[in-house]
Amino acid sequence: MSEPAIVADRLTRRFGSFTAVDAISFAVARGEVFGFLGANGAGKTTAIRMLTGLLAPSGGSARVAGHDVASDAEAVRRSIGYMSQRFSLYEDLTVRENIELYGGIYGLSDAEIRERGGALLESLGLTPWARTLVGAIPLGRKQKLAFSVALLHRPAIVFLDEPTGGVDPITRRQFWETIYATAAGGTTVFVTTHYMDEAEYCDRISIMVDGRVAALGTPAALKAEHDADSVDEVFVRLARGQ
Amino acid sequence: MTSAPAMRAFVVKELQHILRDRQTLTVLLLMPLVQVLLFGNALRNDVRDVRVAVVDPVPSVTTQRLRDAFVATRRFRVVADARSMDAVEPLFRRGAADMALVLDPAFTEQLGRGEPAKVLLVTDASDPNTGSTMQAYALAVLGDHERSLRAAGAAGIAVQTRMRFNPTLESVNLFVPGLIALVLTLVSSLMTAISLSREKERGTLEILLVSPLRPWQIIVGKVVPYIGLGLANASTALAVAWLVFRIPFRGSALLLLAESLLYTVTSLSLGVLIAANASSQRAAMLGALVGTMLPNTLLSGMIFPIASMPAPLRLLTNVVPARWFIVIARGVMLKGVGLEHLWAETLVLCGMTIVLLSVAVRRFHARLA
Repeated sequence: MSEPAIVADRLTRRFGSFTAVDAISFAVARGEVFGFLGANGAGKTTAIRMLTGLLAPSGGSARVAGHDVASDAEAVRRSIGYMSQRFSLYEDLTVRENIELYGGIYGLSDAEIRERGGALLESLGLTPWARTLVGAIPLGRKQKLAFSVALLHRPAIVFLDEPTGGVDPITRRQFWETIYATAAGGTTVFVTTHYMDEAEYCDRISIMVDGRVAALGTPAALKAEHDADSVDEVFVRLARGQ
Repeated sequence: MTSAPAMRAFVVKELQHILRDRQTLTVLLLMPLVQVLLFGNALRNDVRDVRVAVVDPVPSVTTQRLRDAFVATRRFRVVADARSMDAVEPLFRRGAADMALVLDPAFTEQLGRGEPAKVLLVTDASDPNTGSTMQAYALAVLGDHERSLRAAGAAGIAVQTRMRFNPTLESVNLFVPGLIALVLTLVSSLMTAISLSREKERGTLEILLVSPLRPWQIIVGKVVPYIGLGLANASTALAVAWLVFRIPFRGSALLLLAESLLYTVTSLSLGVLIAANASSQRAAMLGALVGTMLPNTLLSGMIFPIASMPAPLRLLTNVVPARWFIVIARGVMLKGVGLEHLWAETLVLCGMTIVLLSVAVRRFHARLA
């Protein structure tokens, strides 16, 4: 039980002669909010695709929720939740239909779906919207719903790929409160973002540059190390190679 | 004139869109080429290699001469020599003979007595175009032979003609099975192609791929829901054929419905495969249209007889699912034959479905690896 939620060991992915992810190593503890940062093209997406079992590594290894991503991708997929920057929900289905779909895919029983789905709707204040098409509900609510749906099967780890893209600051803040609450409940949160203020909220962050992990630590430690006032400053310095 | 640079930038942008979407571009560029090539080649109504069964109850030198007259044209190939029509019947049902040349038992005597010698020409007209063309060729051969007989002082030949399976040569009987195939393919493959490519485009497919669902489950899951719809489509098409076009239903309607359903599943699988390879909804839609419409109308035997296509095209028709379905549909509807004659075509459709689905699943795996 003491094994970290995610362990990457010299995890590598090459596309032809291009190395997108170059032997990255890190560990994420259980219940941690881990910010996975990097400029566009730094290799973030490729790394996440390997950690979620969507892409086979070309070298190194990674264990997610105790399962090897290369040899046991299926067990990995069962143990994780995933929410992407693009909407994870079907806009032409109602709120309840989406919940039923995801519950079903992750093997929940009808009773579990009813019970957890009902609680979910209640906590998000979406009960009156249950029969509304997802396409018709406001963006902020949609995002929270997508997050909750990704947690419906109570995964050990949830991957959030730029979950707050295009959302107003107040909704983002509320969203992060939800993330904290989730982590407090023991779920590991692995989150990518381009908002540096959000990075400050993470327990620890890593910054990827050119396929490598250029920095790893608590926001405070990284700021101290780079003599910077904000994570934003740290990020810009690393990304520019200063 | 400030709008000119903006306009130019816009046109450049549009050109970039077009040039960047290679799949759509390829389709757009190739479509006219393929269409012209196919139409040009398939739109030929001359018939080669007519398989003739000769029924000659009392063979003689005289009857042999008539037989030789057919063989000499090289357009006809004698596939059976029989003494009675009974032996030829199974050949017709199996589609192993296109035509029977039936000589009167007294053919030789009639000529000897100075009477016109009686000949019956039976043609498989389940494809009316080909049927009438074949019959015209045969009549021409008989006419030539008659002239040479007359020159030798004989009375000539009295020819009777008969069309099998479709005596009134109604081409609607020919088209409707093909039309059913066209509609079923178009609707089915478009449905799955659009639905899968939409998931790709919206990013929801990613969510499915990260879930415990396996790629084959996603593929099959895309096909299964449409089977019900396919059944409805097939029933409608058959009902229209029967009620509106008054197509005879000589065989089992249940068998035809089952075969139509099988064919629908083949088409759905084709749609999934197209979507698995397409990068956008638009490409998938075009792919489904081109991948089904063209082969279905041009290479299935629906309009243009396969027998009259050049060899390479004839070979190509074998990979067109509709080609097999049309044989099945015509067999059941017009000839009234059952699975005992159509099992091969049915197996081909089953095989195609399995291949299409497994290639689609493979394409998915390839994306993940």
